[in-house]
Amino acid sequence: MEQAKKPFIEMLPKIYGLYTGGFIAFIILMAILEQMGLGAETIGILFIVFTVLVYAGIGWLSRTMQVEAYYVAGRQVPALFNGMATAADWMSGASFVAMAGGIYFGGHGYLAFLVGWTGGYVLVASLMAPYLRKFGCYTVPDFIGTRYGGNLARLMGVIVLVVASFTYVTAQINATGTIASRALQIPFEVGVWFGLFGILLCSMLGGMRAVTWTQVAQYIVLIIAYLIPVIWMSNKQDFGLIPQLVYGDAVQRVTELEQLHQVGVLKPTESFAGLKALTVPFVAAGGGMEAWKFVTLAFCMMAGTASLPHILMRYFTTPSVKSARRSVAWSLFFIFLLYFTAPALATFTKLQILDPNLASGIIGKTIAEVNAIDWVQKWSAVKFLAISDSNGDGILQINEFFMRGDIVVLATPEIAGLPYVISGLVAAGGMAAAMSTADGLLLAIANALSHDLYYKIIDPTAETAKRLVVARILLVVLGAAGAFVASLKLTSILGAVAWAFDFAMSGLFFPLVLGVWWKRANRQGAVAGMLCGFLAGTWYLYMVRWGGMEPWLGIDHLRFGIIGCSVNLVVMIVVSLATEEPDEATQKMVDEVRIPKGETVLAASH
Amino acid sequence: MDNLEQHWAETRSLTTWILILWFIFSMGIFFFANSLNSITFFGWPFGFYMAAQGSLVIFVVLIVVLNIKQEKIDDKYGLAEEQ
Repeated sequence: MEQAKKPFIEMLPKIYGLYTGGFIAFIILMAILEQMGLGAETIGILFIVFTVLVYAGIGWLSRTMQVEAYYVAGRQVPALFNGMATAADWMSGASFVAMAGGIYFGGHGYLAFLVGWTGGYVLVASLMAPYLRKFGCYTVPDFIGTRYGGNLARLMGVIVLVVASFTYVTAQINATGTIASRALQIPFEVGVWFGLFGILLCSMLGGMRAVTWTQVAQYIVLIIAYLIPVIWMSNKQDFGLIPQLVYGDAVQRVTELEQLHQVGVLKPTESFAGLKALTVPFVAAGGGMEAWKFVTLAFCMMAGTASLPHILMRYFTTPSVKSARRSVAWSLFFIFLLYFTAPALATFTKLQILDPNLASGIIGKTIAEVNAIDWVQKWSAVKFLAISDSNGDGILQINEFFMRGDIVVLATPEIAGLPYVISGLVAAGGMAAAMSTADGLLLAIANALSHDLYYKIIDPTAETAKRLVVARILLVVLGAAGAFVASLKLTSILGAVAWAFDFAMSGLFFPLVLGVWWKRANRQGAVAGMLCGFLAGTWYLYMVRWGGMEPWLGIDHLRFGIIGCSVNLVVMIVVSLATEEPDEATQKMVDEVRIPKGETVLAASH
Repeated sequence: MDNLEQHWAETRSLTTWILILWFIFSMGIFFFANSLNSITFFGWPFGFYMAAQGSLVIFVVLIVVLNIKQEKIDDKYGLAEEQ
């Protein structure tokens, strides 16, 4: 394996080029089979099974028993490929399935998520990634524990990491379960375990190395699956090949149509579990409190991005500090490709549904007519959509049409009348998005527990083989716990996702930033800051969400990270200044982290 | 100031500039999204455009600029990694 490494890295473009070609050939094959009469269900199953088998194959080929390969993929992942892997790691089931729907329903207010989930990478590039790479840690708590010293700081880092990532991973396993159960026609509870099985196949044998190469493969699938339907649909509507650049007029047309259909004026008088009627105008931004809510949400998502360990650890895998920095630029570019498409997709879907001049427009038609449409029947049957003539006039008004946000992505191919092969492709893309994020998160948790808790704190004399066995057992146990929680269906996908960001920023944002940027920051300050910040954030979440407290300055449960990280910052500075400054060795270590030149602070195998 | 300190001073000032621009385009302008929407930008209401696309493009550019400038700083002080 060792000698084969160098050529392998050089052959990457060829390998993934062939892989992409193979995937496109598979799509074409499915399209041909569909024309020859293969059923829609079989196509859906083939798409999921084929792609998951390919990921599992990559996972198997990347198996390893070396610490450096298991934890940081041997630190040889080129910037561009690490960018793709990070993009897949980053874009979750929520980004893929729920984002366009969120924009559809939330309009401008929801775009705060887009700004936050991209703007955070500026923080990653400028404050975090290059310095953590120079440090040479295996995990994020590894940095906290070494920079501040002591098991307590390390343990606090581990706790915050586990809480934030576990909140996130249940949502991802939930998403794999939803997609698998729909495509394979199995119950959700079984789908969850099928999804978990696929996730573990990708990560268990090869750790970070396996996850890296499957994530690159998953990115390719998910971006193709996201872009093809949108481009196809926009072509049918004469928006050209790059609709993202020219949908401005469509946005204005949507605004006119919304006034015509009285969006925001007509409120729904009935309700259906999990479904919503459109009540928020697309473009209207609002001033004052609404602008404040936009900005605070964007801030939480940005600081959270820069604190989430499963993202930061991806930059530990590059060969150098320079490539870590470049890799952040690639990551954001690959993420951008999907994120600047989502608002375009939401716009086109609105146009399709609202425009009475289009064949697909349903608002303003008679209820009988709408109920006869194929896709309406199909998605009503699975309770993703509901139509109810609330005012009894026989015509469908905007406040009588209820749907789940996910439909915007999942049903677009059908609404626009595209062949079924596209729906199968979308299912495979959603599966790839959810699996890749779940993989990254599970690995982040298992690595922190095996490296920081088990090896560094509990048993520093453990042998390599034993460490890696422990890491794998933890991965399976955590995955099973995640799948179990997911099968209980406790929260909606997005509520939990935003919380993960808030937890991470409450506990980790300032200890990470100040660890590099403020030499005076010491152990006492960091431990007190993490503890108080994390507890304050959690307390605030509890009070606002369940304790009946009025949100303070509009900082609701999606934004509790603001409270947490402010407390963290203040406590950390006050306690640091009140106690002794860090010793000579620590200050030297910080100097070392600030320059790219030289050896990493932590030895290669530690 | 020795080499290390100068390198860090320049790195810090570059980072500060990038973060100021980051603040403006990730948060600052969105306080005024409502007023910006009265401007039309290639068909888009401008506030909506910035949130849906404009700021995202600027973030990518910011990181690329940061990288280029930081690599220059590292080279200037001889603190870049050896190949």
